[in-house]
Amino acid sequence: MSEYIIEMIDITKEFPGVKANDNITLQIKKGEVHALLGENGAGKSTLMSVLFGLYQPDQGMIKIDGRPVEINNPNDANALHIGMVHQHFKLVECFTVLENIILGVEPNDLGFLKKKEARKKVVDLSEKYGLSVDPDALVSDITVGMQQRVEILKMLYRDNDILIFDEPTAVLTPQEIDELMEIMRQFAAEGKSILFISHKLNEIMAVADRCTVLRRGKCIGTVTTGETTIEELSRMMVGRDVSFSVDKGKSVIGDTVLSVQNVTAAGPNKREAVKDVSFEVRGGEILCIAGIEGNGQSELIYALTGLEKIDKGKVVMCGQDITRSPIRARSKGGMSHIPEDRHKYGLILDFSLEQNLVLQRYWEPDFQSRGFIKNDAVRRYAEGLIGKYDIRSGQGPVTVTRSMSGGNQQKAIVAREIDKNPELLVAVQPTRGLDVGAIEYIHQQLVAQRDAGKAVLLMSLELDEVMDVSDRILVMYEGEIVGEFDPKVTTVDELGLYMVGAKRQEAYRSKEAMA
Amino acid sequence: MNILIDIISSTVLFAVPLMLVALGGMFTERSGVINIALEGIMIIGALTSCLFMSYLDGIGYGPEHPLFSMLLAILLAALAGGIFSLLLAFAAVNLKADQVIGGTALNILAPSLAIVITWAIQGQGETTVLIPTWARITRETLGLSEGGGFLSDLIYKNLYLTTPIAFLVLIISIILLYKTRFGLRLRSCGEHPQAADSVGINVYKMRYAGVTISGVLAGVGGLAFTMAAGSGFQATVAGYGFLALAVMIFGNWKPVNILGASLFFALFKIIGSYSSTLPFLPDFSNVNSSEYIYLMLPYVVTMIVLVLTSKRSAAPKAEGIPYDKGKR
Amino acid sequence: MNRLQNLFAKRGVTSIFSSLSSIVIGLFIGLLLLFGFNAPYAIGGFFKILNTGLSGAYNFSKVLYQAAPLIFTGLSVGFAFKTGLFNIGASGQYTMGAFFALAAAIQFQMPWYVAVLAAMVGGGIWGLFPGLFKALFNVNEVITSIMFNWIALFLVNLLLANMPMMLANYWGAANPDRTASVATANSNALIPTLGLDKLLHSDYMNISIFLAIGVAVICYIILNRTTFGYELKACGYNRNASVYAGINAKRNIVLSMVIAGALAGIGGAISYLNGPVQYVIKKEILAMGFNGIPVALLAAANPIGIIFSGLFISYIQIGGNALQPEFSSEIINIIIAAIIYLSAVSLLIKELITRIIRKKKNEELAESENGDLPNNSEGVAKQ
Repeated sequence: MSEYIIEMIDITKEFPGVKANDNITLQIKKGEVHALLGENGAGKSTLMSVLFGLYQPDQGMIKIDGRPVEINNPNDANALHIGMVHQHFKLVECFTVLENIILGVEPNDLGFLKKKEARKKVVDLSEKYGLSVDPDALVSDITVGMQQRVEILKMLYRDNDILIFDEPTAVLTPQEIDELMEIMRQFAAEGKSILFISHKLNEIMAVADRCTVLRRGKCIGTVTTGETTIEELSRMMVGRDVSFSVDKGKSVIGDTVLSVQNVTAAGPNKREAVKDVSFEVRGGEILCIAGIEGNGQSELIYALTGLEKIDKGKVVMCGQDITRSPIRARSKGGMSHIPEDRHKYGLILDFSLEQNLVLQRYWEPDFQSRGFIKNDAVRRYAEGLIGKYDIRSGQGPVTVTRSMSGGNQQKAIVAREIDKNPELLVAVQPTRGLDVGAIEYIHQQLVAQRDAGKAVLLMSLELDEVMDVSDRILVMYEGEIVGEFDPKVTTVDELGLYMVGAKRQEAYRSKEAMA
Repeated sequence: MNILIDIISSTVLFAVPLMLVALGGMFTERSGVINIALEGIMIIGALTSCLFMSYLDGIGYGPEHPLFSMLLAILLAALAGGIFSLLLAFAAVNLKADQVIGGTALNILAPSLAIVITWAIQGQGETTVLIPTWARITRETLGLSEGGGFLSDLIYKNLYLTTPIAFLVLIISIILLYKTRFGLRLRSCGEHPQAADSVGINVYKMRYAGVTISGVLAGVGGLAFTMAAGSGFQATVAGYGFLALAVMIFGNWKPVNILGASLFFALFKIIGSYSSTLPFLPDFSNVNSSEYIYLMLPYVVTMIVLVLTSKRSAAPKAEGIPYDKGKR
Repeated sequence: MNRLQNLFAKRGVTSIFSSLSSIVIGLFIGLLLLFGFNAPYAIGGFFKILNTGLSGAYNFSKVLYQAAPLIFTGLSVGFAFKTGLFNIGASGQYTMGAFFALAAAIQFQMPWYVAVLAAMVGGGIWGLFPGLFKALFNVNEVITSIMFNWIALFLVNLLLANMPMMLANYWGAANPDRTASVATANSNALIPTLGLDKLLHSDYMNISIFLAIGVAVICYIILNRTTFGYELKACGYNRNASVYAGINAKRNIVLSMVIAGALAGIGGAISYLNGPVQYVIKKEILAMGFNGIPVALLAAANPIGIIFSGLFISYIQIGGNALQPEFSSEIINIIIAAIIYLSAVSLLIKELITRIIRKKKNEELAESENGDLPNNSEGVAKQ
């Protein structure tokens, strides 16, 4: 009997052009909550995918309970009682909760599905661990929180006792995060072993027993959380001291740049996603819209930037009514938009870097003449931006954007949008999926815009970012603004209460309550 | 009365190949692969089975045992179609090619291959492979005496073994897709292959299965089409393979809707030929070659219905995108 | 090694390399087929395929002449491909183009350039429908195009049957089953030969190949040098991002299909605006529209490449005709099918080459200070 339930020894895994895991050794004890810490791109997800059988290591060995094993696919992992909740849920949207849980291990009679016994087991498990789900609901109809519970039930249904969680808290409220940690402790107390991947230091310190730190594919070390500090962990993670707060001086607040007046807009399922929202953004300030994903922030942004229609209300920018304006008119009027999904909206991956850099300006007289593109002008402009914003790519302006790293792709978008010298910069989750260096850089750019007297409307799901970067915070819950806060005064926990609708400021009483 | 019999039986006769091939297309697309090659697979299925029937006819076995011979021919069509479709599966799954490429190649290959092989067997220039008369099932074939009445006339007017088999295939398809483990897994591959992969399903194998099923069904569909069309196989299926794709889209990738769509389409196709005899249909006698108006009818009506029902499209989300384990 | 690396780093070069390799292997398979069918004549047949196109002015002119409609339908399919749409309706657009051209020529006695313009309008209208249905009603353009292929066929037959002046018997021939010979009905409508027919000893050589090349160059310029082309490609590659950038995606989809239709339409015009060819009224969809698909695929939808792939396919088809009587000329189609299929393999080769190049570049990048980790590792962390 080994002391360790899982041992991954000297694991190396390469992809074309990058060594994602370089001789990593990871040892997990039975019944412990073990965290795997590292920045984006450090190799955490790859290592876990190797453990789960999605990838095979180029070198190295895995031992479960002291025995060497080969895990060639998720079925093998499952047979070893290893289960994984992925960062991006692997659920089939048009199937029911039950169908998703049993997919791959369906109880059957000569191939015909037998759902009854499965349903009973799911209901029993969900009651035992307090994970409430509706087995017959379609995944496309349920909340993100319930979707995660489905992923957890998938593991429990398969009698897994080695449970891997990949960045589980990204989509949860502070309260739900506490609940999840409680569940993890409960699993650990029962003898299950938990591995959870995160880059959130305070969560790791709160719930993990031990933590292994990865950096750039290599294992830096394993520490016991009780014997270390957040600063030390972050130093191991990044390799240098990291300043957690953004350097921000005072700025001069100017005129109102954006005025949002009683805006109501529908979401994709035609229900009202934004309900009677009003606020202002002034020059020289960073206003942040905070909230749990799915409470209308995205739809609000789409409405403000023109990607979706506004049903009721008015939006005025720099004195112009842009409520019904087409997107290009808003851009010409002084709005820049760093979108939340850089691959879906922000870039055309099959275009070259220079083609993407002129995406918002190719029609200007500088870049075209009578319909013909001025290639030299485009090239010069691109080279300028590349130099000024330090955008790295394989072949400079002609690089196919798809081959660039996420950080540099985002830098390209930021460069493009900021260089337009907008009066209003709308930045939606601008640092999602980026490493600490890139995050620092982008925060600096946002503050620079604000210091130059421009208005910045930020939307973020990362409470650290919200607190560090913004001058004012508005919390959205179920499509309405429920509170306004000063980050110097409020706390993350207080914001959390508003984000789940437990509290509401006087000024933002809902219309129903006032009626 | 006779007209009604003609119309109903002809409608069913023409709906059968459409339905078979559309169901086949549905299986591939549900697994995540677009199958443009249905046309070519139909040709190969028809080619092999017609040549086989011609051979059986020649050695006298066919007229002696018509039902069994037909069954063999159908199985051969299925086999040939299935094997031919493996070429598409290989290109789409293993080579991860653009699925249009493999399909187009097969569509060009099939008719030429058919002509070359037919000429090699029947002699240069002899493209037509005749369908023997015993292929059609009559009361006599089943050993029943003459007579029978309306229902009997209706059933035996244009009866080929492929018709009842097609309905059997429909029922099996519904059960397979919704009530079995295989069906659940297949559908997951077409909607979210990463999710399927993460629970241990072999997406590559599933897609091969989907493509092969379509090959089998399209092969039989090719035979059914040739028999419905009349005289014999002439190295073409007149675009029915593409039409079946349209029927599949029209049927929203669901088996029962596909049945409805096939019947709908076939009905309008048939009605055109009866425009002169049916009193309630306008005659256009002052227009030359007015049959073309009716020939256009099924296509125009389909377009109208599509426009009216366009919101409910249930296309499998991951179709057409080659599955690459390395890209997560 | 470095020079070779840089050569292959250009996207165009790897494409050409993969197309060429699939052609070479495809021809080799053809050779094997020839051996299989009629071994003693195999080598001779193979050389006929390779040489006939250049053996004499007559054959050469035939290659050029038959390449023209192939190039136009190839451009039609290719242009749509570049903008993210699959134009399987090229056949219907070709048919409509032919009809409009013939109507302008025979019924309205217009000169050839008016007829060609009419063909563009006809083909364009026929491309409008799938584009419009997709943009406005979100109906799949594949199904719309398939429906309209048939509607075109029957509509044209119907119209021709009711326009007696269009038919051959009006102009003295015995048969009303086809349109009149343009030479008889309106020699002004014939595509000019500019003396090329005498020069190349051919009956029907004309300037159509030069029209095709010219239009292909125009397509190339539009796609690669204009803001319009930039927008079309943006919509084709990523519709969401183009909407984000303020581009009117719906309008571009429609325009793209109209242009694709017009291109196929011109193909129809030049096929029929010449002496001997007449439009036969029958119930089969014209194959020419579909022939554009392999032409476009082989050239990776690049308009300049399409000139060459059109010429190539025409070239081996002429060679294939000369194979008779020892072989069936259908063998050429089998070879073409093999070449297309192999272009899928060559994509794999191209990917392999690109990956090796990228790996070397990334290694160099990682060695320089503060090099960012390239895409793949982060691609693993995010979706």
